[in-house]
Amino acid sequence: MIYALAIFAPLVGACIAGLLGRVIGDRGAMTASVAGMVVAAICGPLAFFQLVSGAAEPGVVHLGTWIEAGRFTVSWSLRYDTLSAVMVGMVSFVAMLIHVYSIGYMSHDPSRARFFAYLSLFTFAMLMLVTADNLLQLFFGWEGVGLCSYLLIGFWYDRPSACAAAIKAFVVNRVADLPFAVGLAMIFMTFGSIEFATILDPKLVAQHAKDTYSLFGCTFPALEVIGFLLFIGAMGKSAQLFLHVWLPDAMEGPTPVSALIHAATMVTAGVFLMARMSPVMELAPYALGFVTFIGASTALFAATIGCVQNDIKRVIAYSTCSQLGYMFVAAGVGAYQASVYHLITHAFFKALLFLSAGSVIHAMSDEQDIRKMGGLARLIPATCAVMWIGNLALAGIPPFAGFYSKDAIIEAAFAAHSAVGNYAFFCTVVAAFLTAFYSWRLLFMTFHGKSRADHHALEHAHESPYVMLMPLFVLALGAIVAGFATVNAFIGDGQAAFWAGAIWTHPDNHVLEHAHHVPTWVKILPIFTAVAGIALAWVMYIANPLLPVRLANSFRPIYLFLLNKWYFDELYNAIIVRPILCIARGFWKIGDEAMIDGVPNGLAELTAGTSRQTVKIQTGSLAVYAFVMLIGVVALIGLYMLVR
Amino acid sequence: MMDVSLGHYLVVSAILLVLGVFGIFLNRKNIIVILMAIELILLSVNLNLVAFSAALNDLAGQVLAMLVLTVAAAEAAIGLAIVVIYFRNRGSIQVEDVNLMKG
Repeated sequence: MIYALAIFAPLVGACIAGLLGRVIGDRGAMTASVAGMVVAAICGPLAFFQLVSGAAEPGVVHLGTWIEAGRFTVSWSLRYDTLSAVMVGMVSFVAMLIHVYSIGYMSHDPSRARFFAYLSLFTFAMLMLVTADNLLQLFFGWEGVGLCSYLLIGFWYDRPSACAAAIKAFVVNRVADLPFAVGLAMIFMTFGSIEFATILDPKLVAQHAKDTYSLFGCTFPALEVIGFLLFIGAMGKSAQLFLHVWLPDAMEGPTPVSALIHAATMVTAGVFLMARMSPVMELAPYALGFVTFIGASTALFAATIGCVQNDIKRVIAYSTCSQLGYMFVAAGVGAYQASVYHLITHAFFKALLFLSAGSVIHAMSDEQDIRKMGGLARLIPATCAVMWIGNLALAGIPPFAGFYSKDAIIEAAFAAHSAVGNYAFFCTVVAAFLTAFYSWRLLFMTFHGKSRADHHALEHAHESPYVMLMPLFVLALGAIVAGFATVNAFIGDGQAAFWAGAIWTHPDNHVLEHAHHVPTWVKILPIFTAVAGIALAWVMYIANPLLPVRLANSFRPIYLFLLNKWYFDELYNAIIVRPILCIARGFWKIGDEAMIDGVPNGLAELTAGTSRQTVKIQTGSLAVYAFVMLIGVVALIGLYMLVR
Repeated sequence: MMDVSLGHYLVVSAILLVLGVFGIFLNRKNIIVILMAIELILLSVNLNLVAFSAALNDLAGQVLAMLVLTVAAAEAAIGLAIVVIYFRNRGSIQVEDVNLMKG
């Protein structure tokens, strides 16, 4: 009951704010939406703690039937197990903090009611996604968050760049949704059901381990195909390499949106899906190898770009992309527990980073370029302090949250002892170094050193109001304690009891156990690289601020390559967007204008032309009419007499 | 002195008919002339009716002729009324000017 309340309170808030926003005003809509979120943020974590402490039994809350068509039945129901409950607790709590923060951040926006309605609706969709008891309901939530993401990225619809970014996010996600939907159909074909009770039962899944599909004379193992298709869906939502292009552009939305959707919740849906489908993924080793490969590549690739970006939000966006790569590495090597663990800790410190970035932007009168900041630590000390905490957590400095989860992932990659695992180990260690480097580059360029801001912005620079600072403090606390407080339960000795079967791993899969017994150098390496990254950032941006410019000049091609994000946008423009535009223009000019429009237009032209000619018969002269009449009469009579 | 036979009447009637017809579509000037030409056609028909009535000893033809005369009178009245109204509205009853129906 509490559980259902946690999920539907945001929906009620969204409906009130969205449908009655004009009647009850901005303040009323805000109150309704935040009140709904507060209810959810009390009930969600409560339901999680009840489950973990044993006060409540895992189960399914049945709400009603959705589809019944022959053997295909889908119901509306809420799954109540550790994986769902931990996600509900995290999503509702972080979303509540971001709602509160938005009260301050959006206080000058003219359409606040709309913003809060979207934000609450998004939270509801995300909660539906994580509590789904069948794949179709999960897909419902999946599309729901996609829609809300589109609406919120394009929230400032009078900016063309925001509209373009919203469309880009929507389209890229649709590209990934197609394989997901196909995978869903494949699952129904193989298992005869899409209810989790069936498809997540390890015994039932094992029966289908030898199933194959035949296509064009080739046979493919069924579970591998399903694993690949679902992962491609997850790649789109979670902005993995090749389908990541929408995430940096999504920063066009208001900063709380970036914090909620593009850091803490929606982008982690793909990771959640992998963890949820663990019984299927465990039997698809090639798909898992692919997951690891893509995750590791993304972690490294996004980190390299993050090092040269100058927009404060884009740096954090690429950092998110990179951290999502870490989570997929963990899922790929079979340490789903570690991936969800990193998901949770990441939600805290990344939401914290985005919100503090929002606080900086707020203080600097909407300036986002870190080259025009510097030395802000004196002006906004509280924001500076929480951002330090967030970055310490991100870089994995003990005892902050990121240290535990990130180390677990790097160790798991090492412990996998496979070729792709070693590749992932290499990528994640290098990415850890780069993460620390770009995080401190961001910190040093924003808060320390000499100020490069123009004096108008500096005069107005001010610390954010308490309604914005309080969520930052709570998240900072989370970024400090979320790691060591939960490490035992999530991935330590207590993990089997904690997950209680919500994540299934193959009996031969001992990667978590091995991860605890890796050589000492593997355990120390990430901390060492992180400190090295910080040191390098200090050398380059505090000790010798001219060094980066000299480096950029002497390695100009590499610098430009990174600055332009590996030219992915240009590449996609050239090989996908332009040809499609060409084809579309062809269809438009030839198919639509020439053929489809041509037929009715031609007929109309023909009719008009004929009548223009026929109308000349009507001379308007009585004499001619009379003459024609006479001729007619004569002709008729003549005819009559001839044929009589 | 030759007899006036049915044939003579019919010839006169045919001449009158042709006169009337040509009066309608050769006339480019005056609508009243057209009306008169129509009267002429009707009269030629009447002459036919009366001639056949006399020749066949059947009174029905003459009765029909009376009816035609009545209709012709009514038609003339209506036609003249239209012409008067038309003149008031357009200021001319020249046939060339009556071309509102021109396409």
